[in-house]
Amino acid sequence: MKDIVEETAVQEKKTLGFWIYLMTDCILFATLFATFAVLRNATAGGPGGSELFDLPFVLVETMILLTSSFTVGLAVLASTRGLKKQTLFWLGITFALGAAFLAMELYEFNHLVGEGFGWDRSAFLSAFFTLVATHGLHIAIGLLWLGVMIYRLIRFKFKETDIKRLALFGLFWHFLDVVWIFIFSIVYLIGSMA
Amino acid sequence: MFESIKELIFGRLEVSDFIHEPIMAGAGIAMVGALVLVLIGLTVFKKWGWLWKNWLTALDPKKIGIMYIIVSIIMLLRGLADAILLRAQQASNGSVELLNADHFQQIFSAHGSIMIFFVAMGIIFGIFNLIIPTQIGARDVAFPFLNSVSFWLFAAGMILINAPLVVGEFSAAGWLAYPPLSGLEYSPGVGVDYWIWSLQIAGIGSLLSGINFFVTILKMRAPGMTLMKMPIFVWSALTSTGLIMFAFPILTATLGLLSLDRLLGMHFFTSDMGGNPMMYINLIWAWGHPEVYILVLPAFGIFSEVVATFSGKKLFGYKSMVIALLAIAFLSFTVWLHHFFTMGAGADVNTFFGIMTMIIAIPTGVKVFNWIFTMYRGRVRFTTPMLWFMGFIVTFTLGGLTGVLMSIPPADFQFHNSLFLVAHFHTMIVGGVLFGAFAGFAYWFPKFTGFTLNETLGKIAFWNWIIGFLLAFVPLYILGLMGATRRLDHYDPSMGWQGLFVVAGVGVAIICVGVGFQLLQLFVSIIMRNQNRVGNDPWDGRTLEWATTSPPPEYNFAVIPTVTTQDAFWESKKNKDEPVTPIYKDIWLPKRSGAGIIIGGFALAFGIAVIWHIWWLLIVGLIGVVVTLIIRLTNDDTEEVLTAAEIAKHELLKKGHSL
Repeated sequence: MKDIVEETAVQEKKTLGFWIYLMTDCILFATLFATFAVLRNATAGGPGGSELFDLPFVLVETMILLTSSFTVGLAVLASTRGLKKQTLFWLGITFALGAAFLAMELYEFNHLVGEGFGWDRSAFLSAFFTLVATHGLHIAIGLLWLGVMIYRLIRFKFKETDIKRLALFGLFWHFLDVVWIFIFSIVYLIGSMA
Repeated sequence: MFESIKELIFGRLEVSDFIHEPIMAGAGIAMVGALVLVLIGLTVFKKWGWLWKNWLTALDPKKIGIMYIIVSIIMLLRGLADAILLRAQQASNGSVELLNADHFQQIFSAHGSIMIFFVAMGIIFGIFNLIIPTQIGARDVAFPFLNSVSFWLFAAGMILINAPLVVGEFSAAGWLAYPPLSGLEYSPGVGVDYWIWSLQIAGIGSLLSGINFFVTILKMRAPGMTLMKMPIFVWSALTSTGLIMFAFPILTATLGLLSLDRLLGMHFFTSDMGGNPMMYINLIWAWGHPEVYILVLPAFGIFSEVVATFSGKKLFGYKSMVIALLAIAFLSFTVWLHHFFTMGAGADVNTFFGIMTMIIAIPTGVKVFNWIFTMYRGRVRFTTPMLWFMGFIVTFTLGGLTGVLMSIPPADFQFHNSLFLVAHFHTMIVGGVLFGAFAGFAYWFPKFTGFTLNETLGKIAFWNWIIGFLLAFVPLYILGLMGATRRLDHYDPSMGWQGLFVVAGVGVAIICVGVGFQLLQLFVSIIMRNQNRVGNDPWDGRTLEWATTSPPPEYNFAVIPTVTTQDAFWESKKNKDEPVTPIYKDIWLPKRSGAGIIIGGFALAFGIAVIWHIWWLLIVGLIGVVVTLIIRLTNDDTEEVLTAAEIAKHELLKKGHSL
């Protein structure tokens, strides 16, 4: 077996690497935010944010995602204490909340496209769909990751590596939460004021 | 009915896409022919198993590094062939029926994209893989599997950028594909899509690799090697990978947006429906300018090692070198607008970016002086790497000065898009990055093979290169001042440009002779390897990579060295440190893994699918990548142990060989 010093070093590398990956993702989102900021008034005669956004609906989405960030925190805490059942329970809740968020987002997209306000209507809508859907894509990837972890927890014994992976997943999920807060403020709140 | 089934299976691929005009068809046939020959050779000599086990599935960074360099050398030849065609076209100015305008445009687009992404980036990552772990006294990189994925994404991108030789066409929109020309309206074919996806896939590989080496350098240095005791090449790699982490996500996003415009009819960069083409130009240069430094900083690092070693002296001004690297890295994000002074920013904005551009010349100048002072009063040995270094000092200073000229916005209105600019950036990238790569190749070659390259042939190659280089690019400076713009497939003979274009063509011919000598050098050196075998330390080196054997064992160091000073190996030689009796410990090494090449294969399938609109293949590619990743990442059994006893035996055997 590897000694404990080596194991810690390996874990430190993974954590640092994952943080750096998150920061590069942050720059990706920053680019999309900048794009949105440039194009937010480029509606090409079509509707702007204030005509399109349904704020109460988005607020519910936001609350769901924030809650899921809380539950994933609880899952990480439970996992560090080795409580498998509790971990699984909170992960399950997180999954359900994430899936609900994604479903609401898809509903919103579907609704907009149905009204004739798809991504090809104007530069503003292109920027809106791309930014929000990139976040949604991250959520979808997160759900896939979460699904695999839940499956493995049910199937196999609780292992040290699972706890470490879960901690990284927690980071990922919180990061998406932070990005969403920016989307909610910049895209939806400021957008519907204009 | 038949049509719709065909479209379902093949997307927009038609039989006619395989038919090309003679030059392109010839290149395509040559490339496919060479590939078929290699495949037949592998089968006849029953080398498939060897190739798979020792190379394609290798996670050892030294092997991945060699694969990067092999790919880069092949791509250098491809890019050079493009350059020959461009120069021939301009020198003959249509008197020979060589290329039509569209083909000419495809070739200059391919030349630029290939040279930057698949030659310069490939060589840099190859050298990182070979050198960084040994130079910091580590056994591996931080994430060996990720490293393999990065390489195979790079290889997938390489295949995609060469595929237009066989099927379809390449982008005719230049190496940075400015919209609206690169948009769907003006480039409806597959060319721009080839460009987007080969860069996107290779670019994601570069980003992952950047993260990998950044963490490797921060977390895996030998005990005692504080940041300010790192070899300067490691510093250059740290700053370069830092830039990768900040710049490449911008490229990923930008290419993604352009692709959404083309695939889903979005309006980011279109000239109607609110789109903003200038935004693309800002975004692409917000990546593109740091990219220049991503390439050149490691070259600075290589030259710093070379000049210190062959002058037999400590690098002059280590601290100022580090500060200069960091300053350049920071400033590289504040100058992007100088690439388009003429495109509508006001005088104030232009002034700011002009001044920032002049400021970035200061730390670069500091480095040039430090290198020269390192040679001063040193015992300089004029080996091939040192010749490349001195050639670099000349060309780089020339290129740097012309760069400062262009940083003055009013002057840039004259230089913009002229051959003066083309000459400038070739002076920097050929004279800086490529000469650096050649110096590093000659310098570190014995470390990874155990024998040196033939010096005579290397020197002949160098002199051909430097003379050819000056002949090829000095005329372009003059032509630029005479008003010749870039990317001309023909010009009015009354302009009086042809003479200089012919000189430039002769220059490229001499460069080709240089490349021929380099290939001959490699060939001769491999044939005569037994005469040129050298020990661990052929150049009287200063840094840790020379402390281990040539080539290093898979684990690099049987016992991780402890570092107390800069130039750790040099100091230990000088102090005549007694070799301590080694105490071997078990070493954990990653098992080889085929997941990297499989992911690369699925990424390639995805690329082909999205370029040709073959939607079923796109789903296959995506699912393939995801499933392979899940299988690999949920596997906890990825390492194997090399016991202390095995290492002791191995080390004893090596000693036996050297005696």
